[in-house]
Amino acid sequence: MSNSLRRYLITRVLMTIPMVLILVTVIFFIMRVLPGDPIRSQLGPRVSEEQADALRERLGLNRPLIVQYFDFIGDMVTFNFGTALTQGERPIKDELGERLPATIELTIPAITITAIIGIFSGAYAAKNRKKPIDYIIRLLSIILSSIPIFFMGLLFQIAFSVRIPIFPLSGRMDTLLMTTFESPTNFYVLDAILTQNWPALGSALGHLIMPSVTLGLALSGVFVRLTRVNMIEMLQADFITAGRARGIAENRLVYKHALRNTFIPILTMLGLQFAILLAGAVLTETTFSLPGVGRYLVERIQLRDYTAVQSTIAVFAMFVAGISLIMDILYAFVDPRIRY
Amino acid sequence: MTDNKVLMQVRDLSVEYKTRLGMVSAVDHVSFDIYEGEILGLVGESGCGKSTLGKALMRMIQPPGRIIGGELIFNGKDIMTYDEKQMQDFRGRKASMIFQDPMTSLNPVQRVDEHLIEAIQVHFPEISKEEALQRASELIERLGIQSNRMSSYPHQLSGGMRQRVMVALGLILNANLIIADEATTSLDVIVEAKLADEFRDIRREFGVTMLVITHNIALVAELSDRLAVMYAGHMVEMGDVYKVFDDPLHPYTQGLLNSVPNIQLDEGKELYKMPGEPPNLTHPPSGCRFHPRCPMAMAICSRIEPDLIEVQPGRHVKCWLYQDHPEKSEPTLEVSK
Repeated sequence: MSNSLRRYLITRVLMTIPMVLILVTVIFFIMRVLPGDPIRSQLGPRVSEEQADALRERLGLNRPLIVQYFDFIGDMVTFNFGTALTQGERPIKDELGERLPATIELTIPAITITAIIGIFSGAYAAKNRKKPIDYIIRLLSIILSSIPIFFMGLLFQIAFSVRIPIFPLSGRMDTLLMTTFESPTNFYVLDAILTQNWPALGSALGHLIMPSVTLGLALSGVFVRLTRVNMIEMLQADFITAGRARGIAENRLVYKHALRNTFIPILTMLGLQFAILLAGAVLTETTFSLPGVGRYLVERIQLRDYTAVQSTIAVFAMFVAGISLIMDILYAFVDPRIRY
Repeated sequence: MTDNKVLMQVRDLSVEYKTRLGMVSAVDHVSFDIYEGEILGLVGESGCGKSTLGKALMRMIQPPGRIIGGELIFNGKDIMTYDEKQMQDFRGRKASMIFQDPMTSLNPVQRVDEHLIEAIQVHFPEISKEEALQRASELIERLGIQSNRMSSYPHQLSGGMRQRVMVALGLILNANLIIADEATTSLDVIVEAKLADEFRDIRREFGVTMLVITHNIALVAELSDRLAVMYAGHMVEMGDVYKVFDDPLHPYTQGLLNSVPNIQLDEGKELYKMPGEPPNLTHPPSGCRFHPRCPMAMAICSRIEPDLIEVQPGRHVKCWLYQDHPEKSEPTLEVSK
């Protein structure tokens, strides 16, 4: 690693600190401004004021707001996050440890599907610009990006698990297999491979297909359009004409020369879409009853579980920051003109 | 230099572009020969169709443009009858092209050696990477680039070096014909002069034929054996470069040569400015396309298009001044030997 790259990385990591800090600060105060609170959400409206106060004191919510704020920041800096305020008051680290793997197992195939479908159909449309297939691809990309995720998920569920039952309707694994399946890391696919439990692996993958295709397709529309536009521009570049003059076949010019030169905007969009991907995961997990962080966040917002929501958002923010950092580093590998 | 063996015969070549304002006839029934081993200079104003002609010779006109007719006979075979696969084999191996802007003519994410190896391997997949690299670095060194620059990316090279890499890419498969489309225009004058000089060496060393397309008259005078002048999609004059310079026949060529700044120009004498503008090729002028700007235009010029005729051995001109026609009343000029 070169010296300048190291300096760049350090600056980039340091720059994400204020970003995450601002975000969690905003969330911290918004949560407290919102009507409702974790006490009422758990105890219901009919408990006495004394009981409520007792719980409030036990959870530390009676302390001044500023004390709570710095307490939370302290917890976050140590990646400790404290304990949840509701649902058994378990350490948030444990809760996220159970939920995060499900989300990661969903989002990795989803973003892969997004990238593959988006980039290849975008490039294909650009190559066949103004031919019928171009219009078809563009129309499909608009349809895909305008269908709500939960609706697309429902259509898939009706089609491929009710009418033609090939894929399981919801969840992460067949309940029957769950009784014997042990997952220390909570990454079901990984654990199934490590323990060589092939039926469990098949079930885990089967449960992932519909959700990840749904999420992947929903996000691919924007990539189709982005790739197409950039490819059209690239295909008119002088070096493509020069390559053609050397007898390089059209497919090679499109998929090797031009495509690699469009990776910069695609990578940028991929980084930006990651944030949208997490938002999409919330909807996908809800539709397919996947116990991931997205659903966890929805549940805890409803319960006004301050610490759980703050911590989840902080983790999301760190994820997005991390991904965009990785994208920035990848630029240098894709384009030799970029040096840090 | 020319031994009169024809490498490429262009017959009645026409290229049209479809635009919103109608069809543009960029190249109109152009016929000429390119002799083996010569450097043929093709000059004309911007937009006269000389670049289109260059691309058409390799059948590289992209939509909305189209070759609408003609024959391109290369070494006895009409490449207009080739399918796309045969054309891919033709391009790079038989004829190659060097473009105007060396800054953008190389793939920015590909190293120099990758460019050269690819150029070899798309035509000869059986040649190993090592062998291709060996061949490439020999050629690169012959063209005056140190072979340690082979692993550079295009942005790490100067303009002159990049253009040399382009030349190497044109030569790597021993193509017979190199079409240099404004290949030196974007370089500074010193680099340009040096590269133009090297073109002559390259021709001698590699025995290639070159078609040099440029609007730089001085460069053409320096470089080429024969000169072809285009105006508004027509070939108007062709001939030995010295003869054309000494005694330009076509009024357009005369105007073009008089417009070149000359340091020895008499003080007070103004540079010749050709009247009018190049025509709009969606609606080209009737008859001779130059007649609205021609100082010597006659009645016939606006009605009937003259042919490109050989007025002297090796000397062609497309002008009514030098040919007879029943409808023409003015006397026909004799061309002095």
